[in-house]
Amino acid sequence: MTAAILPLELRAMGYAVGAAALLSDITLTIPAGRRLMVMGANGAGKSLFLRLCHGLIDPTSGQRIWADGSARPAAQAMVFQRPVLLRRSVVANLDYPLALTGMAAQERRFMIARTLDRFGLKDMADRPARLLSGGQQQRLALARAWAMRPQVLFLDEPTSALDPSATRIIEKMVAQFSEDGITIVMTTHNLGQARRLAQDVAFLHSGRLIERARAADFFVEPQTAQARAFLAGDLIW
Amino acid sequence: MIHARRFILSATCALALLAALPVTAQEFITVASTTSTENSGLFGHILPIFRAETGIEVRVISQGTGQALETGRRGDADVVFVHARAQEEKFVANGYGVQRFDVMYNDFVIVGPDTDPAGLRAAADAKAAMAAIASAEASFASRGDDSGTYTAEKALWAAAGVEPAGAWYLSTGSGMGATLNTATQVPAYALTDRGTWLSFENRGDLDIVFEGDPVLFNPYGIILVNPQKHAHIKAEQSQAFIDWIISDAGQAAIASFEVGGKQLFFPRAN
Amino acid sequence: MDGPFATAFSLIASGDAALMQIIGLSLRVTLSAVLLACLIGLPLGAALALARFPGRGAVIVMFNALMGLPPVVAGLVVYLALSRSGPLGSLALLFTPTAMIIAQTLLILPIVVSLTRSVVEDLWAEYREQLLSLGAGRLRAVPTLLWDGRVSLLTGVLAGFGRASAEVGAVLIVGGNIAGHTRTMTTAITLETNRGNLGLAVALGIILLTLTLTLNAAAWGAGEWAKRRLG
Repeated sequence: MTAAILPLELRAMGYAVGAAALLSDITLTIPAGRRLMVMGANGAGKSLFLRLCHGLIDPTSGQRIWADGSARPAAQAMVFQRPVLLRRSVVANLDYPLALTGMAAQERRFMIARTLDRFGLKDMADRPARLLSGGQQQRLALARAWAMRPQVLFLDEPTSALDPSATRIIEKMVAQFSEDGITIVMTTHNLGQARRLAQDVAFLHSGRLIERARAADFFVEPQTAQARAFLAGDLIW
Repeated sequence: MIHARRFILSATCALALLAALPVTAQEFITVASTTSTENSGLFGHILPIFRAETGIEVRVISQGTGQALETGRRGDADVVFVHARAQEEKFVANGYGVQRFDVMYNDFVIVGPDTDPAGLRAAADAKAAMAAIASAEASFASRGDDSGTYTAEKALWAAAGVEPAGAWYLSTGSGMGATLNTATQVPAYALTDRGTWLSFENRGDLDIVFEGDPVLFNPYGIILVNPQKHAHIKAEQSQAFIDWIISDAGQAAIASFEVGGKQLFFPRAN
Repeated sequence: MDGPFATAFSLIASGDAALMQIIGLSLRVTLSAVLLACLIGLPLGAALALARFPGRGAVIVMFNALMGLPPVVAGLVVYLALSRSGPLGSLALLFTPTAMIIAQTLLILPIVVSLTRSVVEDLWAEYREQLLSLGAGRLRAVPTLLWDGRVSLLTGVLAGFGRASAEVGAVLIVGGNIAGHTRTMTTAITLETNRGNLGLAVALGIILLTLTLTLNAAAWGAGEWAKRRLG
């Protein structure tokens, strides 16, 4: 196994486009083995926060420091709200990132077989990924992420486009990932989901991290007025 | 997916091989000639005879006389075989060609609508015929290119004292066939070599309305491109072709070429 | 009517050797040109879609404009380059099928490059984050995007094929329309037109169109299959 990349330490991380600061002054340590929910209203900067952590973009101020000292460790993966599956078979989609790491063909075959098995994708192994249902596509995206053997998995609203039954399946998988020791960093606007999955919560408001708490504390007794209002909004729904 | 890719790869390789496939490498020379000789089918008749005798393949590019001479000047042909005597002599004088040989002749004819609106059938000579077209302002389709036929046409206008211009004068800027197609459609008069006319199939209402004046005489010459200008010229095989075409055998081959029972070209060497 | 269609049919049925040779050469020249244009144009177009460099806009505009390059001009450029008096004269390629392949490649390269750039650019917008996340950098993304854009790219390749198989200006100039050597369907049609043999010219046109139709149908079928099979 490769060196531990967590904790991930963010020091006064910010991201600005021209004069507009989209995220500012985020100082946060993401420890290994936890499930962190990133919450906040639309436009609070949740997705941007995940992209910065994952290294899809670089902060314009502050620092993002991985424990292994590398700029962007390989042992991480991300599942997007709308996953992009390649126009190929399910198997080829699983094979793609593994081949990129230079993994030998035999090992890849073994890994793919394990993944198909674990995620119940065996029956559709040779089907075109793009022709799967939304829930199946997201399941494949999770499987692809899992096959990359990440230490940390970022999920950006992974179930917002799915129906309740598909959502439940995905949530179960995320919980299993966590049991396997994979650190979870996830955004969601679904409060029920946040309650079910969160161990820790980071609450963003207008591009700033204004509250960081244990889930049990956050949902019972939020410290900021904005978080209280956000949670109260949930009751109206 | 992997299979599809492999398939595309092998298909690609197969195509690449196909592209690289060499054409049967044979002894050949390149002759730049005129549309009149090619379009009439003369080469299709005489070249197989030459090849059977010598084994040399002759590749003919048919262009207008001016373009054919330019091809020779650039060294892109070994031999030029054209019909514009003054230009040919200049070609030799400027050192691009070795020597000009007379090969054969045919003649120019004026074709026009059967109704003959300008009354060319009654013209005394070619000069009068051209003048009649101009004064009647009857439509006339001209090659308007750098061909031997156009050179001859310009000489005829000059002899008639006419500066052809106006809506009736149609400069097509194209080959003999294209010009005749235009003449058929308008309909218009046109100057054409007899060979092209006899083998031309889209005549419509056109017919020969004037012929026979000695100034309409259309001689063809053949010239070896100067190997001193272009070292790659295949002088030996080319000279063999020239020698053959002006020999009795070559002249007989030319004389035996007929379209619709009519002889198109008349031997003239020596 | 028993005009051109009957002529076309009896020409095919007769299996005339000269005609078969002309058809074979046409296919060989055009398909080789398409292949070459793809080998150069697909990676070039993809690179143009992903790369950012000063003057990129100008290059894109240039390739777009070159899609309208008149075949005669392409032919002339190749003619002047390959002529014995030109810079590449010593290769002795003028009036050969190779020269025709070069000219047609030049003619359709802009189509392949421009359409590839457009397809890959759109695809990159959709794939960029996901590919970066999976560990593929820009360079590695090129073959991935080309493969995933294959159905759309096929349209561009077919457009190139159409242009090459239809044009006469370029092959006539650099090939010389030499009987049995560089005569293609289109130059033969031109020749027969000039001979006033319009019926035969149209018959040859019908044969050419049938060939084009067959190839396009095959490509369309392959595209549909790929869509169904690979999404």
